[in-house]
Amino acid sequence: MRPFEYASPATVQEAIDLLGPTWNDAELLAGGTDLLSLMKDDVVAPKRVVSLRRITSLKRIEVTPTVVRIGALVTMEELTQAPEVAAKFPSLVIAAGGVTSPQIRHHGTVGGDLCQRPRCWYFRAGYGILATGADGQPLVPRGDNRYHAIFPEGNAYYVCPSSLAPALAALEASVVLQSPEGERRVPVEEFYRIPRTNEEREYVRQPREVLVAVEIPNTGLKNATYEIRQRQLLDWPLATASVALRVDGGKVVSARVFLGHVAPRPYRATAAEATLMGAPLDEERIAAAARAAVQGARPLSGNQYKVQLAATAVKRALSSLI
Amino acid sequence: MDGQKHDRRAGPPRRGFTRRAFLKGSGAVAAATALVPGSRAEAQETGPKIYGPGPVPIRLRVNGEDREVKVEPRVTLLDALRNHLNLTGAKKVCDRGTCGACTVLVDGAPTYACSMLAIDAQGREIETVEALGPDHPMVQAFVEHDALQCGFCTPGFVVACTAFALRNPNCTVEDVNRALGGNICRCGTYAGIREAVVEAARKLKGGANA
Ligand SMILES: Cc1cc2nc3c(=O)[nH]c(=O)nc-3n(C[C@H](O)[C@H](O)[C@H](O)COP(=O)(O)OP(=O)(O)OC[C@H]3O[C@@H](n4cnc5c(N)ncnc54)[C@H](O)[C@@H]3O)c2cc1C
Ligand code: FES
Ligand code: FES
Repeated sequence: MRPFEYASPATVQEAIDLLGPTWNDAELLAGGTDLLSLMKDDVVAPKRVVSLRRITSLKRIEVTPTVVRIGALVTMEELTQAPEVAAKFPSLVIAAGGVTSPQIRHHGTVGGDLCQRPRCWYFRAGYGILATGADGQPLVPRGDNRYHAIFPEGNAYYVCPSSLAPALAALEASVVLQSPEGERRVPVEEFYRIPRTNEEREYVRQPREVLVAVEIPNTGLKNATYEIRQRQLLDWPLATASVALRVDGGKVVSARVFLGHVAPRPYRATAAEATLMGAPLDEERIAAAARAAVQGARPLSGNQYKVQLAATAVKRALSSLI
Repeated sequence: MDGQKHDRRAGPPRRGFTRRAFLKGSGAVAAATALVPGSRAEAQETGPKIYGPGPVPIRLRVNGEDREVKVEPRVTLLDALRNHLNLTGAKKVCDRGTCGACTVLVDGAPTYACSMLAIDAQGREIETVEALGPDHPMVQAFVEHDALQCGFCTPGFVVACTAFALRNPNCTVEDVNRALGGNICRCGTYAGIREAVVEAARKLKGGANA
């Protein structure tokens, strides 16, 4: 790890004042479970590390009639233990509970999970987020791509590593970002973007912005997540599906279906959503939606297996709601 | 990695840089630098202070004692324990939060010490395997159930198992599987570990109630 300065501000405002205009100026530190690895591998080398741990206002879960607001420093463990979350958003609790190990769940935070960097081994080995070879061309399609995207976008072949993101996107949640200019809300669905160069980040957050909270609207949608993992622990899922539905008069009247770990951002399966709309949620419809969800998949040389896994995840997530 | 290289105390002093001069120099810095947030000095300060990148004095509460060390902000809790506090029970294996060999308790929660900065661990209650001692029911149960082979993963497992057992006195072998998923044993001693945890959990509960 390269040397850096450290500060531990007591408020979000103080934290923002310690950040700089570029990513090299400073990085935020929450649980450290990803940032320290990134720094040890020299993937990021900030001049300053700004610890959020003293900012108590980021540790709260607040429930209002319209929204559940989860502070960025709430840990996965706290999320799985919070009754107000468990009752309304089982989908999110499954995603948080699936995260790897007690050690990571006790220290990994909601903000850190959403902002963790992709696990693409080319990225982690220093080839940049777009995994560019010496010839300027992407390495992933011609390399070992067994865990990469089946829905790549442009030259982005990594998968979004966050387990919470697809669940939150399905629940129509937003992240709250605070910067010197004030506060803005971005739907989780739009939080991730495709970097055009290796210098750009894969999310819309800017270097001077702190993710302060996640807000989930209290819409009463039925929701579920299903994860498929190779190893139950100490690893990320191979494919997941998060669904959120409203059923009225025996028919699906609204449907959101997101796939995780198969694309550079949470992948919205609009064809699956369309298949579900206006029909009863029965086995036949669910099977059709699962097939529709992976329509248009463009698997690479080593990850065709993920297509079937993604379809199965959709089927099982939906089946758990009937 | 760098942290460890940097921290190594052993080896000949570099030319033109004697140990005596080094100690004198660091003393002067220590006197000039206030303790970092989380320590008692912090209360008097206004606005966040910036520390480092050179060594800064920090105070860690380890196994019930306040310990002062002088480390760069980049030094992990694991390196501070092993290289500065002579607590070598927690092991460094992956150094990336993927094996559990470095597990310690921070405010009672199982923690990868390799994935926390020492400077950020101030003001927290840190417990290492050394605090348990040879007579601890979990250590005894590991011996009785032959729950180790090479033993390199063992300190991390013992700490993670103790944290779990204290919260789950009536656990079953199945519960243990999931709860201990953050630790890996290359020698494959899992069967013995599971039995050790179930047994020790009941003893720890008895102990707490007695
Ligand atoms: C072996 C292993 C397996 C894992 N498996 C899974 C899994 O299955 N699913 C999953 O989702 N995750 C998994 N993870 C990742 C883990 O969930 C993340 O490392 C963790 O959530 C990051 O949170 P943190 O608080 O430790 O973040 P940190 O490591 O402190 O930070 C991570 C990044 O987020 C930024 N950041 C943190 N907080 C904020 C904030 N409030 N505002 C803006 N930026 C911020 C940091 O600057 C940094 O870039 C795994 C990790 C390991 C080591
Ligand atoms: S050394 Fe910390 S988890 Fe492996
Ligand atoms: S006993 Fe050898 S690694 Fe576990």
